[in-house]
Amino acid sequence: MCLAVPGKVLESHDVGPNRIAKVGFGGVTRQVYLDFVPEAQVGDYVMVHVGFAISKLDEAEAKRTYELLAEMGAVLEEDEEQP
Amino acid sequence: MISPVCPAPIATRDTILLGHGSGGKLSAELLRDVFLPAFANPVLAKLEDQASLEIGGTRLAFTTDSFVVKPLFFRGGDIGSLAVHGTVNDLAVGGAIPRFLSAAFILEEGFPVAGLRRIAGSMAAAAARAGVTIVTGDTKVVERGSGDGVYINTAGIGLLREGVRLSAGLAQPGDAVILSGSIGDHGIAILSQREGLELETDIASDSAALNTLVDAMFAAAGAQAIRAMRDPTRGGVASTLNEIAEQSAVGIEIDERAIVIHSAVRGACELLGLDPLYVANEGKLVAIVARESAETIVDAMRRHPLGAGAGVIGRVAGDRPGMVTMRTLFGTSRIVDMLAGDQLPRIC
Amino acid sequence: MKYIDEYRDAAIARAIARAVRERVTRPWVLMEICGGQTHTIMRYGLDELLPPEIELVHGPGCPVCVAPLEIIDKALDIAARPGVIFVSYGDMLRVPGSHSDLFRVKAAGGDVRIAYSPMDAVKLARENPSRQVVFFGIGFETTAPANAMSVWQAKQEGLTNFSLLAAHVLVPPAMRAILASPANRVQGLIAPGHVCTVMGTREYEDLSRDFHLPVVIGGFEPVDLLEAVRMLVAQLEEGRAGLENQYARSVSREGNRAAQRILEQVYEVSGRQWRGIGPIPMSGYKLRPEYAEYDAELVYGTGEITADEPKECISALVLQGQKKPLDCAAFGTLCTPERPLGAPMVSSEGVCAAYYAYRRHDAAPREAVR
Repeated sequence: MCLAVPGKVLESHDVGPNRIAKVGFGGVTRQVYLDFVPEAQVGDYVMVHVGFAISKLDEAEAKRTYELLAEMGAVLEEDEEQP
Repeated sequence: MISPVCPAPIATRDTILLGHGSGGKLSAELLRDVFLPAFANPVLAKLEDQASLEIGGTRLAFTTDSFVVKPLFFRGGDIGSLAVHGTVNDLAVGGAIPRFLSAAFILEEGFPVAGLRRIAGSMAAAAARAGVTIVTGDTKVVERGSGDGVYINTAGIGLLREGVRLSAGLAQPGDAVILSGSIGDHGIAILSQREGLELETDIASDSAALNTLVDAMFAAAGAQAIRAMRDPTRGGVASTLNEIAEQSAVGIEIDERAIVIHSAVRGACELLGLDPLYVANEGKLVAIVARESAETIVDAMRRHPLGAGAGVIGRVAGDRPGMVTMRTLFGTSRIVDMLAGDQLPRIC
Repeated sequence: MKYIDEYRDAAIARAIARAVRERVTRPWVLMEICGGQTHTIMRYGLDELLPPEIELVHGPGCPVCVAPLEIIDKALDIAARPGVIFVSYGDMLRVPGSHSDLFRVKAAGGDVRIAYSPMDAVKLARENPSRQVVFFGIGFETTAPANAMSVWQAKQEGLTNFSLLAAHVLVPPAMRAILASPANRVQGLIAPGHVCTVMGTREYEDLSRDFHLPVVIGGFEPVDLLEAVRMLVAQLEEGRAGLENQYARSVSREGNRAAQRILEQVYEVSGRQWRGIGPIPMSGYKLRPEYAEYDAELVYGTGEITADEPKECISALVLQGQKKPLDCAAFGTLCTPERPLGAPMVSSEGVCAAYYAYRRHDAAPREAVR
């Protein structure tokens, strides 16, 4: 259940009652409905499920927690290099 | 709308399903249950992509393939060039030098002649590039609604190389598995241009004739070093490796880190939940070669325009015969199974 | 690809697994619910990376697996009708009903099509006014808002040829049924990150409190799941039991209010049958009376269709996490993806199918990768 993929909002416009964006996924783009995440701006990352954005990624939060993980990874690699 | 193609295994098989045409387990069942018993003969029983024959002392390879691709015209080619490349490739990976093709057309009433002219031109160009001649053919027309514009069948004859015997049944433990380049380009290019998915991308089909690449491989390593070659078309690299593993009764282990995938193909696969290992390729080959010759062969491939991304992706093992496994990015192991039919996009 | 590649970093994955190994002092049984999470675990062999003390069991997070035979039979009934274009997500196409499946209906002349998005089905209805378009709305809370939008949009446009066959299921009631069962072995729960993206975290806070259960909301990439396991193990080893959010980059406490609003507008909660578990009250969505003309069950009168579930396989126990596919005598022998006995083998996201596809060579217990 719930295959959602992160993509970058490249452009957006309104079509009738809907907010539609062109979202890029590493080299392909697709139209995505922004009705659930209307505040998403060009440059933001959104999680996309069945053609709808369901969340705007919190980049600050992601960066904060990822820095800790990356540090763990670096420590492991150092340890593995030691005989 | 994307046309559904069938992955489904179903308990009773009294009608033909789309999955019977996808090159997976259902297709194999059809061969085994209908065609092999009907046409029983030792050449067919080998189940190679091409038949190796001897007529009056001359060793020939003979193969056929039909093309029903939609859309007819796509980025990177069209049904015509695909039809030439596909049959040339089947001959080339069988160890033959492709020489002559036939081309039979089934046209739908109402299809524009201009489109046919375009397809024929594309086939002529592809044949010239591959060094083959289209020497015979046929045209039939079916009523509007009975076809998809154009279906093409090509059959091909080639001369088997002296001293060369390639077979999916000849892989041996210790052999190296070589892949000639990036995977998934053709399948995603086609999918992205079908109505209903509305993916915008520059991905183009990799459709190409591989015979000159194969020439370079034989020139580099000689006739004995190469055991088997296949072009991983429908069903992708995964299906091809499974066929080889099964026919040679060996295990094949590949390394995820060695597989090249263009980022746009990755993006499309992520979005649709597809595994690139099962996506079709039309300008790539898989080769099983003697371990000691692998580097020489890969170097020769990389000097050829169609082999720039070539590399060793795995090895043949003695254990787990018939099974293909992959060492993941994390060093863990997963099976790369044979699908029943085609992969479907998923939401789960 | 950003937000994907970083979460598949091998060094980080190994580092987290090492941290779990160093922390764990006794066996723990952890459940993840979501089919997509099961898929990631099997595909990357995350259970191989983790120490043997950690036992991962898989819950009923595959809306395809838990869809009762009945709803599939209704779908087949509608899809076979002349003039109908039956549109579905790819996942459902291969699932057999009592006597047939959507592919055979198609082979017999039914117009069955796949869509990536429910709005594609609405477009089809708009472009084919003389045909009846029916969309098969399966899924958990993640997919329900998009399915709801199709109906909302159809009503906005005044379309008279579109309807939804609703087969939504809700995760928390099923989890409560599993956790309340006397045979329950689950000691920690990885909550479904995309369901929570839509619904927020409150229901899982309640679950954690009511069952004194450590719960961590987890994402779908390998690093996310390993991190969620690490957080659960930390709680368990320290004797804590609360809700934590590993997937905070996508999940907030309130969830997606706009999506929740459309759910409230279009659906009401109802009881649902879960294949392998049975009926669970208040565990699904059906269309509100204001949307009756878009309700395929009403439009096509499929209310009378019922089905008997075959009782041969242990999928009920597997879906509840009490058994694993490899525990089942029929796994890989009598029951394969070609000839499935039960739901979890049928769906490509089902736990039995995932085990079969990725891991059936592991029938014997193995040592964790060091």
